[in-house]
Amino acid sequence: MSTPSKPETRAISVDYLARVEGEGNLKVRVRDGEIEITEFGIFEPPRFYEAFLRGRAFSDAPDITARICGICPIAYQMSSVHAMESIFGVKMEGALRELRRLIYCGEWIESHVLHAFLLHLPDFLGYQSAIHMAADHREAVEKALRLKKIGNDIVNLVGGREIHPINVKVGGFYKVPSKRQLEEMVPNLEWALDAAAWAVELTAGLPFPEVEADYEYVSVCHPDEYPFNEGRLVSNKGIDVPACDWNKVFEEVHVARSNALQSKVRERGSYHVGPLARYSLNFEKLSPRVQKLAAAAGLGKTCFNPFKSIVVRCLETVHAVEEALRLIDVYREPARPDVPFTVKAGEGHGATEAPRGMLYHRYRLDDEGYILDAQIAPPTAQSQMSIEDDLRRVLEKYIKLPDDELQWRLEHAVRNYDPCISCATHFLKVEIDRG
Amino acid sequence: MAKPKLGVFKFASCDGCQLSLLDCEDELLTVAGAVQIAFFPEASREYGEGPYDLTLVEGSITTPHDLEAIKEIRAQSKFLVTIGACATAGGIQALRNWQDVSEYTRYVYAHPEYISTLDTSTPVSDHVTVDFELRGCPINKWQLVELINALLHNRKPVIPTYSVCVECKRRGTPCVMVAQGIPCLGPVTQAGCNGLCPAYNRGCFGCYGPMESPNVAALGEWWRSRGVDDRTLVNALRGFNAYAQPFREASDVYAQQA
Repeated sequence: MSTPSKPETRAISVDYLARVEGEGNLKVRVRDGEIEITEFGIFEPPRFYEAFLRGRAFSDAPDITARICGICPIAYQMSSVHAMESIFGVKMEGALRELRRLIYCGEWIESHVLHAFLLHLPDFLGYQSAIHMAADHREAVEKALRLKKIGNDIVNLVGGREIHPINVKVGGFYKVPSKRQLEEMVPNLEWALDAAAWAVELTAGLPFPEVEADYEYVSVCHPDEYPFNEGRLVSNKGIDVPACDWNKVFEEVHVARSNALQSKVRERGSYHVGPLARYSLNFEKLSPRVQKLAAAAGLGKTCFNPFKSIVVRCLETVHAVEEALRLIDVYREPARPDVPFTVKAGEGHGATEAPRGMLYHRYRLDDEGYILDAQIAPPTAQSQMSIEDDLRRVLEKYIKLPDDELQWRLEHAVRNYDPCISCATHFLKVEIDRG
Repeated sequence: MAKPKLGVFKFASCDGCQLSLLDCEDELLTVAGAVQIAFFPEASREYGEGPYDLTLVEGSITTPHDLEAIKEIRAQSKFLVTIGACATAGGIQALRNWQDVSEYTRYVYAHPEYISTLDTSTPVSDHVTVDFELRGCPINKWQLVELINALLHNRKPVIPTYSVCVECKRRGTPCVMVAQGIPCLGPVTQAGCNGLCPAYNRGCFGCYGPMESPNVAALGEWWRSRGVDDRTLVNALRGFNAYAQPFREASDVYAQQA
C-alpha cells in the first residue's frame, strides 16, 4: 500500500513590505493548487484622525490632515480646504486657483519620481533598492533625483517647505509668491520637461508582466482639464456624480484584523484609483506632447496593465511639468493672498487627485466653524480591494515561481499602486503559506 | 574601517521624517556612501540585522506590539535617535491621551473589536533610553544631515534649543505678534524651521515643540490680552507636540478655565 504523498507546504514570510510608505500585511495559503488570500490588511497603528478632528476649528484641518501622509501632504490640504470652502461658498478663481494647481504639480512631480525611480524601478531591474541600483546606474538615479528635487522646489516656494507645507489655508494662501520668484524656476522646469520625457522612454522599455484586469477606474473628471482639484467623480462603468455624493456611490467596509477601512462601489465591489484611472478616463485632456509620448511608449488611450503604472506616472510627470510652466507663464500676482468669507455651519465635501489617486474628505461644522464630524477616504484604502484582486491574479500566473521570486513579484504588484499605507491609517506585512 | 550601520524604524507616524532622508536629493548618494544602510524598509527590501551603530526611530508608541518592539530595537542599537514630533512627543495622535479611546475606536471603525491599541500615544523616551532627539513636524533635513555627519565624526550634533524668535530676528522677519497682532507660538517653540511661518505672515504653530525652559504662561496671557479665547489657546497648544510637558501642562490649565 502506498502512502499518498503529503502536499508540500512552503511558507514565505515577510515582516515588512519594503519600499512603501508605512507597512501592511499579506497572508496567502496555497493548497492543492487552490490559492486563497487569507489576509490582506493594513496594520499601520490607528491614529484616529477623524475622531480627534472633532472639536478643532475648520482652519486646523489643512495643517492637521497634512500629517496623515508625509509624502502627499498637499493632497490632504487640498481636499480639506476645498471641502471647507464648499461650506462657506468660497470659489477659487484666477491666480489663487492657479497657485493651487501649481503646488499640486510640484507634489505630483516629487511623489511620482520618488515612486517611479526610488521605489518601483528597482523591482523591474532586480535591485533591492535605488541605492543598490545607483551602483550600476548612477547617472539615471542622479537625473531622477534632480527631477524630483524640481518638484520639491515648487512645493517649497509655494508652500514654504516640501514636507507639511505651511502656506495653504481655507480661502487661499497666507502669502503668494511674486511672478519673478516663479520665473526663476523656469530654466529648471524646461530641463525637467526633457528629463520627464526621458523617464517615459526609459520606463516604456522595461519588461512588463502580461497581466491585465477589467478594473473599474474612478477619478475626478473636469470638463476641460486633466484632473487636480475640481470635477465630478467618474468611472468607466457608469459612475458620474458630484463629490458630495461620494457616500451614495461608495461605502467603507471594515474587514477583520485591519486598521484601514476599505472602500467599495456599493453595487459592485472593488475599484481602482490613481494614475492608471486618471489616464484612462482623461486621456483626451492631456496635451499633444504627452499624448505623443504615450503613443511612442506603446500605450493606447487606456491602460489596464497595473505594472505599466510606472510609465503612466512618468507621463503624468511630463504633464505636471508642462502645466507648471503654463501656470507660471499666465501668473499675475493677485492683490490679496486669500478670499474673504463668512464662517457658517454646514456640511462640505472635497475630492481631489493625490498622486496615488482620489482623496475624499467630508466635514460637518457648527456655526462657529468647529468640526462636528469628519470622514477621510484615502486613495490607498479606496484601491485596497483592487490591490487584493491583483495579488490573486499574480499568484495564479506565477504560482510556479520559487518562493523568493514569487514573493518579490507580489510585492511588486502591491507597489504598482504606490500605496501610501500611512495614508490609509495605516501598516502592511507579507506571509505566504503554500503547499 | 567598516562603515557605520544605519537602521531606520517606524511606529505611528506619517513617514514624513524618514522621507526627509530621501528628500536630501543632492546628498542622498553621498550619505549612502558614508554609511551602510542596513535596514530602511521605506527605501529598501534589504533586511540587514542589527546591531546598528545609528538607529533612527520615527513615530509614537501606540500599540502593545510597539512596547515590545521598541525594547528590541533599543537592545540592537548603539546610538538611538528619535526623529520628529511623533517619536519625541507622541505626535498629533497624542490628542487621544485626553479622550476615551474606546469612543474614538467606535467612532472611526465599524468593528472596534478588530483594533488593538493602547489608550495613549507616547514618545519613545517614555519607554527606553534615547540618546538624542531630533525635533520637528517634520524634522529639518539639514539637521538630519548634521546629525549623521556629527556621528560619523564622533562629535556632538549642533542643534539649537533656543526659540523660533531667534530665527525670525536672524532672518529679518518683523515680529508678527508685535507688528500685526497675530497669535504666535514662536516665543515658546524650539527653533529648527528657520522661522518659517512668520515669514509667510502667519503665527508659529509649534512644529518643533517646546524650547528649552519656555514661559508658556506669559505667552498665554499675551494671547488672552489680544482677545484669543481659551478654547483657541488650548487647541493651539494641543498640536503636533501636545503631549510635550510644558505644552501639555499649560493646555490643561487653560482647558480648566475654558
